[in-house]
Amino acid sequence: MTTANIHNWLDEHGDYLYRFALARLRDPHQAEDVVQETFLAAIKSANFAEQSAPRTWLTGILKHKIIDVMRKNVRETVVSDIIDESEDMTDDDFFDAKGHWVDKPQDWGMPVGALEQKQFLGVLQACMEKLPSKLAQLFLMRDVHETDNEEICKELNITATNAWVMLYRARLGLRKCLEINWIGV
Amino acid sequence: MLTCKQASQFISASLDRPLSLRERLALKLHLLICKYCKRFSQQVSAMRVALRTMVSSIENDNSIKMPSLAKDRITALVEKNQ
Repeated sequence: MTTANIHNWLDEHGDYLYRFALARLRDPHQAEDVVQETFLAAIKSANFAEQSAPRTWLTGILKHKIIDVMRKNVRETVVSDIIDESEDMTDDDFFDAKGHWVDKPQDWGMPVGALEQKQFLGVLQACMEKLPSKLAQLFLMRDVHETDNEEICKELNITATNAWVMLYRARLGLRKCLEINWIGV
Repeated sequence: MLTCKQASQFISASLDRPLSLRERLALKLHLLICKYCKRFSQQVSAMRVALRTMVSSIENDNSIKMPSLAKDRITALVEKNQ
């Protein structure tokens, strides 16, 4: 493998890999870093001269790097903090003593067409930012990245019940925020 | 009979793990008679779909480029580690 090839790869796939990382990590610096690590890992790999589908291969490496960063992001806060952080948003805000909805879920018009879809995503993103940050990260790990629940628990050293409660609270909170802020048709 | 609180917990859990037969049946029964939980169920699924759409729309947005400074840095590092 020559340096020229790696330059070609960077030209041809660099922007794609960067967008792939940015879409998941949201942080431009972290996105640059994982792409950099991906290329460094690629040149050290013994079999990279034989790659006939470099983009697929590079994306595979990148995915692992992204998951590592997500884990680190979540782990940087002690997990008990995640639970404490979300303590002010308990199920009791949503259900009465008999288990009925306090505010019954209202019908939102689901977004129709490209423009509405875009607006909906804007509101959703704003709502994600209002969630306790670690709760949002955990939710992203699960709902976007499809990280295995078992893996999340192992990495964060939490029980399945804890993970489950946190995801449940994230969903209750997001749904509520969308109901208030999204006015569909 | 499930309460709405229990039903919403099962709905959320169903996105993370397969429900047991018993849980599935109890939830199905509740959803038949409770339009609010049915809405909740549709909405949390829609949120998941929307988030995935958001990710793929960034991924496919050709106007987003890696900053050229970062490219230069990577090129230099690659040459050093060659």
